[in-house]
Amino acid sequence: MTKLNTYEAAMAAYEPVLGLETHIELDTNTKMFCGCSTEFGAEPNTQVCPVCLALPGALPVANRAAIEATIKIGLALNCRIAEWTRFARKNYFYPDMPKNFQTSQYEEPLCEDGYVDVAVDGRTYRVEIERVHLEEDTGKTLHVGGATGRIHGATESLVDYNRAGIPLVEIVTKPVAGTAELAPEVARAYATELRDIVRSLGVSDVRMEQGSMRCDVNLSLNKPGDAWGTRTETKNVNSLRSVERAVRYEVRRQSALLDGGEKIVQETRHFQEASGETSPGRSKEEATDYRYFPEPDLAVMEPSREWVEELRASLPEPPRKRRERLQAEWGLADKEMQSVVNADAVELIESTIAAGTSASGAVKWWLGELSRRANETGAELGALAVTPAQVAELQGMVEDGKLNDKLARQVIDGVLAGEGGPAEVAAARGLEVVSDTGALEAAVEEAIAANPDVAEKIRGGKHAAAGALIGAVMKTTKGQADAKTVRELILNKLT
Amino acid sequence: MTGHRAIDQTAVHMAEAIRTGRATSYEITEAHLDRIDAVDGEIKAFLHVDREGALATAAEVDAAIARGEELGPLAGVPIAIKDVVVTKGMPTTAASKILEGWIPPYDATIVERIKTARMPILGKTNMDEFAMGSSTEYSAFGKTLNPWDTGRIPGGSGGGSAAAVAAKMAPLAIGTDTGGSIRQPGAVTGTFGGKPTYGSNSRYGLIAFSSSLDTPGPVSRNALDAALLHEVISGHDPRDSTSIDAPVPQVATAARHGASGDLSGVRLGVVKEFAEGADAAESGVVDAYQSGVDRLVKLGAEIVEVSCPSFKYALPTYYLIAPSEASSNLARYDGVRYGLRSGDDGQRGLEEVMSLTREAGFGPEVKRRIILGTYALSAGYVDAFYGQAQKVRTLIKRDFEAAFDQVDALVSPTTPFIAFKFGERTGDPYQMYLADLYTIPSNLYGGPGVSVPVGLSEGMPVGLQVMGPVLGDDIAYRVAAALESTQETPLADTAPEIGK
Repeated sequence: MTKLNTYEAAMAAYEPVLGLETHIELDTNTKMFCGCSTEFGAEPNTQVCPVCLALPGALPVANRAAIEATIKIGLALNCRIAEWTRFARKNYFYPDMPKNFQTSQYEEPLCEDGYVDVAVDGRTYRVEIERVHLEEDTGKTLHVGGATGRIHGATESLVDYNRAGIPLVEIVTKPVAGTAELAPEVARAYATELRDIVRSLGVSDVRMEQGSMRCDVNLSLNKPGDAWGTRTETKNVNSLRSVERAVRYEVRRQSALLDGGEKIVQETRHFQEASGETSPGRSKEEATDYRYFPEPDLAVMEPSREWVEELRASLPEPPRKRRERLQAEWGLADKEMQSVVNADAVELIESTIAAGTSASGAVKWWLGELSRRANETGAELGALAVTPAQVAELQGMVEDGKLNDKLARQVIDGVLAGEGGPAEVAAARGLEVVSDTGALEAAVEEAIAANPDVAEKIRGGKHAAAGALIGAVMKTTKGQADAKTVRELILNKLT
Repeated sequence: MTGHRAIDQTAVHMAEAIRTGRATSYEITEAHLDRIDAVDGEIKAFLHVDREGALATAAEVDAAIARGEELGPLAGVPIAIKDVVVTKGMPTTAASKILEGWIPPYDATIVERIKTARMPILGKTNMDEFAMGSSTEYSAFGKTLNPWDTGRIPGGSGGGSAAAVAAKMAPLAIGTDTGGSIRQPGAVTGTFGGKPTYGSNSRYGLIAFSSSLDTPGPVSRNALDAALLHEVISGHDPRDSTSIDAPVPQVATAARHGASGDLSGVRLGVVKEFAEGADAAESGVVDAYQSGVDRLVKLGAEIVEVSCPSFKYALPTYYLIAPSEASSNLARYDGVRYGLRSGDDGQRGLEEVMSLTREAGFGPEVKRRIILGTYALSAGYVDAFYGQAQKVRTLIKRDFEAAFDQVDALVSPTTPFIAFKFGERTGDPYQMYLADLYTIPSNLYGGPGVSVPVGLSEGMPVGLQVMGPVLGDDIAYRVAAALESTQETPLADTAPEIGK
């Protein structure tokens, strides 16, 4: 068993240094160096050609749209855009890499020296960007015949080259120190901010669960006053939540090792989504010598300053500015807005409001009931099987008095179970507020008769006591009554 | 050798005869195929012959002409293609076991252009494996013999294309030149070999050896034939990012101009450093070359001595850059997707199978260069080797640019020695590498270089090289054609008859 400290104990003794390397697949129509489609989910090896299969003699041609998208990302991250930049070959053998080298960038990245400001707990942290460069994705290897799906024990390996050559942007931060116990939150906030920035640019769908955004989390610990420690690099981190979990886990694991007088091995580790643990992968001590050299098959790129300025002028409102604007429009306190951001609900709430509901109504559902559902299943909020339009419809039914909150939650059950939209689910499950005043009045009379002492208090002016009677009425109507109406009926009768 | 057979004609004459109906492409193509049948058992220039395909194209050309269609200047003239150029549906091996049996699903750009020009493709010619060598002794499928003396090498790497043209199995061929692989075989077989300006002929579909040096070009028996083929295959190709987007130099016009025998006002440079050092050309080669220079002077050319001090580093620079790029370019041959796969017994792991495949699939010279290049790019060595070589390459470029400020073209022997005997230089790689001593500079600075037959030494052909500035292919062709005009009988026609 891996020994772990509590997070609090670890943070009492050590300071963390973070670093994040993020890969983002661009959603250009065609691949980085050939004309093949980049569409996700096609039959294996149907989106391939001599170039991306690295057939003898084939040559790459750089995709201008990908270069443009990378410059936009660089500009949005406040980077300097290179006036002279080129591709380089990163040489290593791997079967899902057709050329056995990756066309990437080495000493001359397209964008350098930027930053992203992220807010955590009311404090702003500046995460500095080392570089943003353009490269190509690899294919995907499937190991079959074994129990684990990994190469060990497999009888056959199958490779799908559809993904090989899809443009990939790598964004590398400088080391982030000084976050103390907020390291996991800062890491997550950075990844979230990066995702929102890239999404706002419209150059990638940045979906971590589909692998179009992938985060590698670097972490080291040191005692206060000491030099930075040895870092590990955790890969296979497939959600924003997992970015936070991976940092937290490594803090706990590394601190326990350091406490025991052991050394941290510089290595690649894999995040296990189910357990939230990291496990050792390739050791960097036996790291490959990539033998980088400038790619002789591709021309040097010299993005003109006019082009760069044109792109800069075309950038959309930065997500941070946009959030400030929305916060004011929605009338939310800082803390509430922070919760919205943490829950990754900005777009969802915005769409829900656009579908015709009030800000408070939209916020209430997404941060309340729906966040609770998402947490129960470990899903991202946006992955729930309910659309903003459906949430707006639901809130509309509540406001019209057709549903009360309790019934509305049951309607959500049905919507999430795929039974249809809110109106359909309400109709199919017979979930509707009892509006038959006759039946309600009878229930009210019954409740008053059964609780004479409570009724007496109300008559005496203690209106707050009505709650007990409302509860009783709700019980007899199986919850299908509108609490407000019931309260009015009770008060009318007794005062 | 007689001059009356179809195969004895120049490509220009064949094209003319086909166009005017004095001959058909079919009979000319068939004559070459028959010639291959008759003599290639001895010469072994071809790795693959496509009789049916060539004759089908020829018949189409004849039909098109019968319909009165306007066809290109080389329509119907058959051609052989070096096996490093990818041909759709036709085996392409780069003379390596690692690609044995591979049938490409696509055509190289220059092959597309040859097809568009309606030239029947006779087949694929032998070469040193992956174009690494100067003798074809490093072909995985056996060596090619020099038609002038079958005990001697036909040059390399494009020995197959040169021997095929020298032995009149093809009037034209495609070669590729990374350090001299078109020109040196041309020199030692008495044929014409043209390396165009780097980037003026597309590399798309040319199996890469050294990406920043590789250049496909024409092989023929005279400058005009080569110039016409050059014009068929050259021009910008959007699929090759290093392709130059500029008008193709008018080389056929230049060759015709040169054939008039007038070089007045042309300044030709002789690089002082070429004659210095222990590795300079053997005396018989120098004599033949000098006689050529004398003839050029008689045609009006002015000879100017120029200095390229960095020349002495050209060979070592080449042998760092080319193997470095090759080590990466050849990484794709791993048995995973195509070609040879060795040791895949269901027990061995992926890495071991990849390793066994490369062990079995590559020959000794290819392995030597992969190791050289891997070393030169390794952490801790890359600055001293690959990095330093790039800097020296820049110096060499500057030297030659400066030379072309003073002169229109440079002349030199193509290669320091005549065709050597088989086995003579395989024991010492450096001795083999010296074959490219004079051809390597133009690959490094990127300009054109052509080798034109100039005379004999010990009964074997000697070539004179004309180098031009970048995109100055026309001046090289003009000077070469002028030199040809001083010969009563083209040297290529004086080769001893083979296949008797």
